[in-house]
Amino acid sequence: MGLPLSYSIRNLWTRRLTTILTAFGMALVVFVFTAILMMAEGLKKTLVETGSPDNVVVLRKGSSSEVQSGVERIQASIIETQPEAAVGANGRLLLAKEAVVLISLPKRENSKAVSNVVVRGIGESSLALRPQMRLVQGRMPRLGLPEVMAGQKIAERFRGGGLGETLRFGLRDWTVVGVFDAGNTGFSSEIWGDADQLMQAFRRRVYSSVVFKLHDPGEFLPFKRRIETDPRLNLEAKQETRYYAEQSEIMSKFLNILGLSLTIIFSFGAMLGAMITMYSSVASRTSEIGTLRALGFQRGSILRAFLYESLFLGLIGGGAGIFLGSFMQLITISTMNFQTFSELAFSFTLTWEIAWKALAFSLGMGFLGGFLPSMQASRMNIVDSLRAQ
Amino acid sequence: MSPIVEIQNLSKSYRRGDRRVPVLQNINLDIQEGEFLALMGPSGSGKSTLLNLIAGLDQVDDGTVIVGGVNITSLSESELAAWRATHVGFIFQFYNLIPVLTAFENVELPLLLTGLSRRERREHVELALRVVNLEARMDHRPPQLSGGEQQRVAIARAIVTDPTILVADEPTGDLDRVSAEEVLSLMERLNRESTKTIIMVTHDPRAAKKAGITRHLDKGLLNDVHSQAPV
Amino acid sequence: MFILKLLFKNAFRHKLRTSLTLLSIAIAIMAFGLLRTVVSAWYSGVEASSATRLITRNSISLVFPLPLAYKDRIRQVENVTTVSFGNWFGGIYIDRKNFFPNFAVDPKTYLDLYPELILSPEQRQAFLRDRKGAAAGKKLIERFKWKIGDLITLQGTIFPGNWEFVLRAIYRGRDENVDESQFFFHWDYLNEALRKTAPSRADRVGFYMIGVDHPNNSSNVVQAIDRTFKNSLAETLTETEKAFTLSFISMSEAIIVAIQIVSFVVIGIIVAVVANTMSMAARERTWEYAVLKTLGFGGWHIAGLILGESLLITLMGCALGMAITFPGAYIFKKSVPMYLPVFQVEETTLYLDLVAFLGVGILSALIPAWRAIQVRIADGLRRIA
Repeated sequence: MGLPLSYSIRNLWTRRLTTILTAFGMALVVFVFTAILMMAEGLKKTLVETGSPDNVVVLRKGSSSEVQSGVERIQASIIETQPEAAVGANGRLLLAKEAVVLISLPKRENSKAVSNVVVRGIGESSLALRPQMRLVQGRMPRLGLPEVMAGQKIAERFRGGGLGETLRFGLRDWTVVGVFDAGNTGFSSEIWGDADQLMQAFRRRVYSSVVFKLHDPGEFLPFKRRIETDPRLNLEAKQETRYYAEQSEIMSKFLNILGLSLTIIFSFGAMLGAMITMYSSVASRTSEIGTLRALGFQRGSILRAFLYESLFLGLIGGGAGIFLGSFMQLITISTMNFQTFSELAFSFTLTWEIAWKALAFSLGMGFLGGFLPSMQASRMNIVDSLRAQ
Repeated sequence: MSPIVEIQNLSKSYRRGDRRVPVLQNINLDIQEGEFLALMGPSGSGKSTLLNLIAGLDQVDDGTVIVGGVNITSLSESELAAWRATHVGFIFQFYNLIPVLTAFENVELPLLLTGLSRRERREHVELALRVVNLEARMDHRPPQLSGGEQQRVAIARAIVTDPTILVADEPTGDLDRVSAEEVLSLMERLNRESTKTIIMVTHDPRAAKKAGITRHLDKGLLNDVHSQAPV
Repeated sequence: MFILKLLFKNAFRHKLRTSLTLLSIAIAIMAFGLLRTVVSAWYSGVEASSATRLITRNSISLVFPLPLAYKDRIRQVENVTTVSFGNWFGGIYIDRKNFFPNFAVDPKTYLDLYPELILSPEQRQAFLRDRKGAAAGKKLIERFKWKIGDLITLQGTIFPGNWEFVLRAIYRGRDENVDESQFFFHWDYLNEALRKTAPSRADRVGFYMIGVDHPNNSSNVVQAIDRTFKNSLAETLTETEKAFTLSFISMSEAIIVAIQIVSFVVIGIIVAVVANTMSMAARERTWEYAVLKTLGFGGWHIAGLILGESLLITLMGCALGMAITFPGAYIFKKSVPMYLPVFQVEETTLYLDLVAFLGVGILSALIPAWRAIQVRIADGLRRIA
């Protein structure tokens, strides 16, 4: 049996200031690491949850998003006749032809700051196709009238987006008659209105996409193949979840590369801090190490005792960093998705997986920082170290 | 009966820069079980070095050291460590207690290297502390104890595994007269009542008087035996 | 001078510890520098914009086009010198990962309006003459190893199909902050194809680029243009080029703010490390400080020594950090070329580095200095147990 864990812990407690400073440095690194992972997770969650695996999105071939896509009326009608679409409770087809455009809206806190917001012209079944959506204020816009409903994030952040307010675009005034909550999905950052009204206002003659629910999820692939090889159509089909996942790719990648590479650089800084602390710890206990070896403790025990000390520093730093990071969940980020050019609001999301990763990272820093000093401690010559102090 | 410690043709030198400085030259020494031996000599005479070699803290250049029948010069480093744990008790000039551990935990340290259960360890520790008369202070930490008390805790630590030999390097060097006297009496009692073999390095003539036998080291050579033991 | 020597010797009493501290500071300063450079890279478009250029787009959003017919009416507005136009093409070269900005422009007016794009006269002519021709920036050439005369195919996303171009010209930027990773071609080439395949989309322009004779006239021209098209089918929104670029950036503001916050977190890490080192150093020397006090040195003298040492260590670490920022930026630039086409370490960053050093040096010395001042002689002289 070796030295008890309490030995390592108590030594950290004795040199409190040093322990706190070192752990603080590591906590900051872990905080950044956690925040980045939380941001990427929040982004993914928003975009992935936005879709449903039973839904299919049909776009023009080659377009990477609805905004760029154009589906002509004839083509849309052809899709409507396909057998794979499910039928809803009221006997109506669970299929919607939607038209999506981007408009610039000024933000509430600073009218000079604008953002591109998605306006989605919907069909009767659109709401049914997105079970994540709930109307929380007001009512649905009536067909044939210049009425819209706004996602909660739009109502909160943009001028004219709240219940009863008016938005102006397409040379017309639109009254916001309802506010909906779509959870963490991208829909919360959209404005919905009747497709025909919107297409008229924007003088669009084509839809952006056709969305429908599969009668049987297994039928997706045959449908996809059939549509994509049909020479009359110039369309492609994707599962809604895949469609939204693709939209976050560039942004996630950017966040990940930037964030993680920088975190790794910082971690060296904090690790060196841990190394300094551990070297000092070893140096101030030279005769103690000699005594322990004299008493019969093997080199390995000494190595382990100091490594535990260092790992404990990592643990404290990691715990503090994750704790601080968890407060980020209160923050919502509103930014432009590079790929779709449109406004996207998402929050930091903390998961157990992220917490474990952050902890492992922190322990890793502790280990690497403490390794060399612990080796030095274990290899000291007994007689020389007893002579110290 | 064979001696508890047999040293034959022992030599040891240190490297200083690129020269070798001989510290011990061809030492031959037998120590009988139950002896209380004082090693004296001027500074640099190699007495601490000899003590370290007997205790298995250092490697010889030449010769053999046999303690309790075990040739420790042939042991590997990790074997030596294991050997020391059960066969040697240490008493240092500066007590060398672990400041973050309580007196109890300090005394318990050598027992952590054995296979004893928690309860068994507790019994041994309490016994050892009782012998040195410090049971009442077992939950105090070294900074809260006086010099004399710390040295007594160190002695308790030294005897808790019932070692073959006790080695002491200037045990009274940092103590005032009263504490020194207490510690020496304790050591003498241990030697007399439990027939513990004690090898002590010291400057202090009073300490030497408490020992049964005194030997002098000068320039790495052992002089004659001066026995003080009243027969 | 003597003080400096003393501080230096004190700092290096413990070579390993001081070296590690220096290294830690240097790394953190480099990270700080990189972060700031990322932020300034984002804003580089703003720096590159001209005070005499305006951008006109559909007032609803960039996604909506403007009629080609507007060109002449804009040309007639007072103080307008040049009118060019273009469409964001958004084509993919082989793989989405190879992203670079590509657009269709009216070649002659575009090159006139952007004199900071430098082409050799022969290539310029060749590009103007060949309707299928395209011009690409130096960075793109290096990245994809293109040569003049190469056939380059882009997959259209907004304008579907495979579009073939012949590389006729390579441009380089006149200044450091010009984006050399852009690709542009003839607007007519796009329009002719649209007239045949999707006539409803032809003769439509994504944005107009307008040259004004004098910066002072910019705001007048802005208002004049928008007034001209108010209440028409496609209302316009005209802004200076700078405002236009800024509006893009502000959409990603959150990320930028996040990065800026993080760069200060880095400073926090440095403070922790240096403060740690200084407090350890100070604790080791408690005895010496007590002795100095018996000799008559006041607590403030000692605090001064500690502060001096702290500043010295921080300064050296900072200098080292500043030095490695440049190679660090170079490596970073090479690994993420498409996100940040312009990546230069700014002077401001270096000044901020120095401010950081002062701040950190002082902050780190606070607690140890305070403790040293407090040390009572008797306590200090007693040997540390």
